Amino acid sequence: MTQRVSSGQVITQLIRRDLRVAWRQRSEFLNPIIFLLVVITLFPLAVGPGADILSRIAPGVIWVSALLSAMLGLERMFRDDFRDGALEHMLLLPCPIELSVLAKITVHWIITALPLLLVSPLLALLLSLPMQALPVLILTLLLGTPVLSAVGAIGVALTVSLNRGGALLSLLLLPLLIPLLIFATAAIEAATYELSPAGPLALMAAFLVLALGLAPLAVKAALQVSVN
Amino acid sequence: MWRWLHPYAKPEATFRLNQKILPWFVWPGLACLVVGVIWGLAFAPPDYQQGESYRIIFIHVPAAIWSMGFYVGMAIAALIAVVWQIRTAEWAIMAIAPVGAVLTFISLFTGAIWGQPMWGTWWIWDARLTSQLILLFLYLGVMALYVAFEDQRTGAKAAGILAMVGVINIPIIHYSVYWWNTLHQGSTITRVVTRLEAPAIANEMLWPLLMCLAGFLGISAALVILRLNNEILRREIRRPWALELLQRGK
Repeated sequence: MTQRVSSGQVITQLIRRDLRVAWRQRSEFLNPIIFLLVVITLFPLAVGPGADILSRIAPGVIWVSALLSAMLGLERMFRDDFRDGALEHMLLLPCPIELSVLAKITVHWIITALPLLLVSPLLALLLSLPMQALPVLILTLLLGTPVLSAVGAIGVALTVSLNRGGALLSLLLLPLLIPLLIFATAAIEAATYELSPAGPLALMAAFLVLALGLAPLAVKAALQVSVN
Repeated sequence: MWRWLHPYAKPEATFRLNQKILPWFVWPGLACLVVGVIWGLAFAPPDYQQGESYRIIFIHVPAAIWSMGFYVGMAIAALIAVVWQIRTAEWAIMAIAPVGAVLTFISLFTGAIWGQPMWGTWWIWDARLTSQLILLFLYLGVMALYVAFEDQRTGAKAAGILAMVGVINIPIIHYSVYWWNTLHQGSTITRVVTRLEAPAIANEMLWPLLMCLAGFLGISAALVILRLNNEILRREIRRPWALELLQRGK
C-alpha cells in the first residue's frame, strides 16, 4: 500500500528525526562548542591577556575556532546514517535528494551554529572585541555558518565511506573555506575601526546563496558515489 | 562531434592517439623551452625598474598560468568522468593532478625567490599568493582523496567531484590582483585577452616569455600524456591489445 506524501512532509520528518537523534546523543553535539570555548580560552593565555592585542586578533580567533569546531561536528552529518543504512533509505525517499540534503544541512546548522551564535556575545567579551563590532560579528556568523554546513556537507559526503576520514576532511574543506574566513574577518575588522562592513558582508551573502544553491547538487553526486 | 569523439573513450584508442600526438608536444615544447629560457635569461634586456632579477618571470609566469590551466583541464576531465562515466577520463584526473601540483609549487617557489629582492620578503599573505597556495592544497586534496578509497573507481569519482567544486578558486586567483590591491603586481600578458589592452611588457621580453609559455605547456602536457599512457597500460595489462603491444616491445 502506498500513501502519498508531499516533499515538504518528508523534509519536516527528516529534520525532526535528525534533531531527535542529536538530542539523544547530547555529548556528541556539545563537544564542538566546548572545544570552541577551550580553544578561545587558550589564546589569551598564549598571546597575553592585553586587551589591545586580544581585540585585534579577536575576529580571526573566533572565526578560526568556529571553522575548526565545525570540522569536528561535520563528521556525524552522514556517518551514522551511512553505517546503519539509513542513508540509503534517505536516497530512496519520494522527494528530490537535494531537498533531503538541505534538511541535513539545516539540522547540522541548528545543532552546531546556533549554540555558537548564542555564545558569540560571550566570546566577544572574553576577547575584548569592541562592542560596536558585536552586531557585525553576529551577522558574519549568521551569513557564514550556513556556508560552513553546506560546503562541509560536500566533504562529508565524499569521505563518508572511508573509515578514517577526519584528517582528509580538513584537507579537503579548509582550502574551500578560506575565502569565507577572509571576508568574515575583514567585515569584523572594518566594524572595529568604525568603517562600513557592507562590502565583505555582501560577498558573504553571495557565498551563502551560491553554497546553498549548488552544494546540494554536489552532495547528491558525492553521496551517489559513496553509497552505490 | 559525439560520434567522432566517442571511439576515444576506449582506453586502447586513447593510448594510440596519445602515442601519436606525444612527439608533437615533446619536441616543440622542448625547443620552445630551451630557446625561451636562454633568450629570456641571457639576451633579453634588463628591466628599467627591477633590473636583472625580473628574469625569473620566464619561469614564474608560465608555471603560474599553467598551474591554473591544468586545474581547469583536470576539472573538465572530472566533468566528463562524472557525466559520461568514461574510465579514461577518470585516469586523466590522476594523470594531471601531480603535474599541476608541481607547476603550482614551482610558481610559489620562484615567486618567493622573486619576492625576496623585490618586496624584501620571501612570503607575504597577499591575495594572489594565498589563493595560489590554496590551489596547491586543492591539488593535494584531489590526490589524497583519489588514493583514499580502496575501490579506485569510487576514488576517481569522489576526486572528480572535489576537482569540480574547487574550480571556484580559479577566478578568485585570476582576479585577485584586481580585486585586492596588495603587493603582487598586476598581470602583464593575460590582460591582452581578458581586458583587451596592450601588454604591459616590451616586445623583447614578451617574445621569450611567450616561448617559455609554449615550452611549459608542451612539456607539462607531454608529462600528462605519458602518465596517462602508463596508467592505461597498468589497468589494461591483461587485455590482448596491451599484451601484444608489450610483447612486441614497443
